[in-house]
Amino acid sequence: MSEAPQPLAARQALPRWTALIPVGLLTIILVFFAKGLTLDPHALPTMMVDRPMPAFELQPISDEIPNLSPDKLRGRVTLVNVFGSWCVSCVAEHPILMDISRAGIVEVHGVDWRDTPRDGSAWLARYGNPYSSAGLDADSRLAIDLGVTGAPETFLVDANGRIRYKQIGPITPEIWDDTLLPMIRLLEQEAT
Amino acid sequence: MRLAVIIFLLALAGQAVLARAQEQPAGTYSVELEAEAREVGKSLRCVVCQNQSIEDSAAPLAADMRQLVRERLAAGESPDQVRAFMTNRYGNFVLLRPPLQLDTLFLWFGPGLFILCAGACWWIYLRPQATHPEPAAPLTQDEVQRLRVHLLDDASE
Repeated sequence: MSEAPQPLAARQALPRWTALIPVGLLTIILVFFAKGLTLDPHALPTMMVDRPMPAFELQPISDEIPNLSPDKLRGRVTLVNVFGSWCVSCVAEHPILMDISRAGIVEVHGVDWRDTPRDGSAWLARYGNPYSSAGLDADSRLAIDLGVTGAPETFLVDANGRIRYKQIGPITPEIWDDTLLPMIRLLEQEAT
Repeated sequence: MRLAVIIFLLALAGQAVLARAQEQPAGTYSVELEAEAREVGKSLRCVVCQNQSIEDSAAPLAADMRQLVRERLAAGESPDQVRAFMTNRYGNFVLLRPPLQLDTLFLWFGPGLFILCAGACWWIYLRPQATHPEPAAPLTQDEVQRLRVHLLDDASE
């Protein structure tokens, strides 16, 4: 029985570097986890950028507010803001839309999403109307066509009616100064 | 305790019914179309709640999406065309079952790859035979003879 089993000999038959394979695999997995687990799961892909604004037809909100129609988004750079009277963040965003509208930097148009004419017009009467025109999207037709997942969302539309940027969530002063305003200036130059 | 569970489940069911109550009344669409629409709806993610299908979700946007799915199917679109319509607007994210494509290869085959790796490691490091690397040489004629004698001796005792 001199030929006793030699487990260690069998293991040592593998080249030493193969011991690093599991370590390498673990490192790769950890890199994936480190990246994957720090991503924002609420960040959604944006499909609509660089596509033409979809065709749409909205209901009027009230007699005083001009209804938004596709022709209003042609020939100049515009912002299309998706809001709703039920939307809490829209109230937070509202003052900056008023400022933009008052300063006359760019036309702001509104899509009153999943709302009623009564609630929508009451909301605009209460906080003020920053919109050159606004229409009601009660059954989400335009919202789904735009890939909207929540309000507020704002689309920057160029003079050719093409969506060039999508802002998810309220426009903050930083986003306005650092992103939207420079893009608007650029698109206006492009148009002339 | 059991009663509490039943009440809880009924409350949940009630919620779902309420969410549905605002939609098209039953019978608007044929039974076949309704079944097809549910299949499509189950494959589409509610983009508000994210881990529910639009069929399961009580979110208002999901209700509007369900309605749109039914209308598009009624207009003669195939389930795949309806899904493509949604993907076109919301990206692959809206599909609960990710499509098999280049950037999802790892997602689809990663687990299998890990099982293969684990199997390979087991084969190399831990398989039982590895502790007995030398197969025993076959018995010689002489050994067989001696063994037979011993075994017969044992049996006769």
